[in-house]
Amino acid sequence: MHLHALDTYLPGDSLVHRLDPRVKLVLTVLFILTAALIPDRAWLFFGLLEGLILAAVLVSRVGMGIVQKRSALALPFLLAAVTVIFARPGEDALPLPGTLWAISEAGLWRFLSIVARSYLSIQAAVLLAATTPFPDLLWGMRALRVPRVLVAVGGFLYRYLFVLADEARRMLQAREARSAAPEGRKGGGTLIWRARVTGAMAGTLFLRAYERSERIWAAMVVRGYDGEVRVLSAPLLRPVDWHVGVGAGLLLLLLMVVARVL
Amino acid sequence: MLRSEILPSPAAMHIPDGFLSLGVLLACWVLTLIGIGIALARTRKTLGERQVPVMGVLAAFIFAAQMLNFTIAGGTSGHFLGAALAAILLGPWAAMLTMTTVVAIQALLFQDGGLLALGANVLNMAILGPVVAYGFYRGVRTLLGNRRVSALIAGFVGAWISIVVAAIACALELGFSGTSPIGIALPAMAGIHALIGIGEGLITVGALALVLVTRPDLVEAERAPAPSGMRWVWGGLGIAIVLALLSPLASPHPDGLERVAEDLGFIERAQEPLYEVIPDYVFPGIPNEVLSTIAAGVVGTLIVYGIAVGLAALFQRRKQAIT
Repeated sequence: MHLHALDTYLPGDSLVHRLDPRVKLVLTVLFILTAALIPDRAWLFFGLLEGLILAAVLVSRVGMGIVQKRSALALPFLLAAVTVIFARPGEDALPLPGTLWAISEAGLWRFLSIVARSYLSIQAAVLLAATTPFPDLLWGMRALRVPRVLVAVGGFLYRYLFVLADEARRMLQAREARSAAPEGRKGGGTLIWRARVTGAMAGTLFLRAYERSERIWAAMVVRGYDGEVRVLSAPLLRPVDWHVGVGAGLLLLLLMVVARVL
Repeated sequence: MLRSEILPSPAAMHIPDGFLSLGVLLACWVLTLIGIGIALARTRKTLGERQVPVMGVLAAFIFAAQMLNFTIAGGTSGHFLGAALAAILLGPWAAMLTMTTVVAIQALLFQDGGLLALGANVLNMAILGPVVAYGFYRGVRTLLGNRRVSALIAGFVGAWISIVVAAIACALELGFSGTSPIGIALPAMAGIHALIGIGEGLITVGALALVLVTRPDLVEAERAPAPSGMRWVWGGLGIAIVLALLSPLASPHPDGLERVAEDLGFIERAQEPLYEVIPDYVFPGIPNEVLSTIAAGVVGTLIVYGIAVGLAALFQRRKQAIT
């Protein structure tokens, strides 16, 4: 069994798919930055941003459902922000009957603004990953001057992730196969013992990975690797990249400025 | 389904976008970039041409190892973050880069943690985590001497503290951003992760024990000479203390519990004796409170360190008595 399902890229042939990865990366970060800079309670602007991202999802034809499903991943973290509802001091605090807590209106708006910002941001990130193959993303980051070594390490991670994840899965399967739980008896030993088994699995996986990396390095040296990572130079942006990039970029900047001024 | 299996979010510390204020984001990015810059230069020197393949495959290892889990009780399970194990086996600089790549790819590919928030997430899990883990590991190991069991105890302490420190840093960032009141976020995050850290510690010890038996050269080879090792010890302790110092400052306004207390008049009542003892102070509550919280944080950090060392020493003596 292979873990290809790990790959979040959804193949397609739309304007969003064909857009240069550099443009997509910059626009995604700009979009998230815009969401971060729009003041609390500026619901009109949050709505406009949501409209923009939904339009991009429609154009990309990856499917509205899958983007929303993947975006839900960030929601559990909202638990960390819920407390702000009870925390903002204000005259309008509404005591919750039967408890010592009080809901404040300012806190509630702050919380809803955080919800809006994080959901907007994650949709953009989901769309980026769904419409750009990972090697293209790495290439785009390199073209945007992310340190070469980091990009190369990222490339290796991606290449061997599937190999090592497969190995980890086989180990989990092997442990499962050897862990009998007879009827009416508690299986699995003590907590410490279970943790030690898992630790030994992690150690084994480490050794296999380390030895694999030594073999890979040797194979690379044999083929003339000298520690320098070489990449093809970036091609020029096509007119369509310029149009979409500059157009969407200016729109986001405009939204950002207007929302800050109003 | 598979995505959720490989993305256990082991420590629930990946901050999504939208949670941090711009100031906090910028501060985290600056610290992160400095850390990565130094780590890039250092690993280039130590690993040379092996830098990319070794760190790349081991980053994939960390990613895959985060899939490994064990049942704790009632459907919850312990997971593995790996910052401490990486720091112990690869040295702190290489660990920083491998963890940075892991955290970055979790954000880029799986949206586990935000893109703008990446600076903060890398700082917590890929920079503070490994540095503190390595510092405490070296510290405990130096104190206990060069024995197999001392490496295991030191590994447990390092792994536990790396999780707790990352959680505290995360709570502080949320607190400074005005996203969750520090009075709630800090104890909650630190408390939960003090438990999660035990699981991390146990797995790390299990992994270390196996590596010590099969490839002891890997654990010893990365041991830096003593003077630079001590620098890590002080660095790790320093970071822990700085975080303790920052805790009381992260609250721009009284948090919910204090507000409840204020509403009910507890604070006035609690402060009355203080006014009587030091009546000349105009604002006795605020500076004293901050200072005492800082002092408590520092003392707490030192006590945890002391307990770890004390327990380890005790364990040592009993072991010697048996043999």
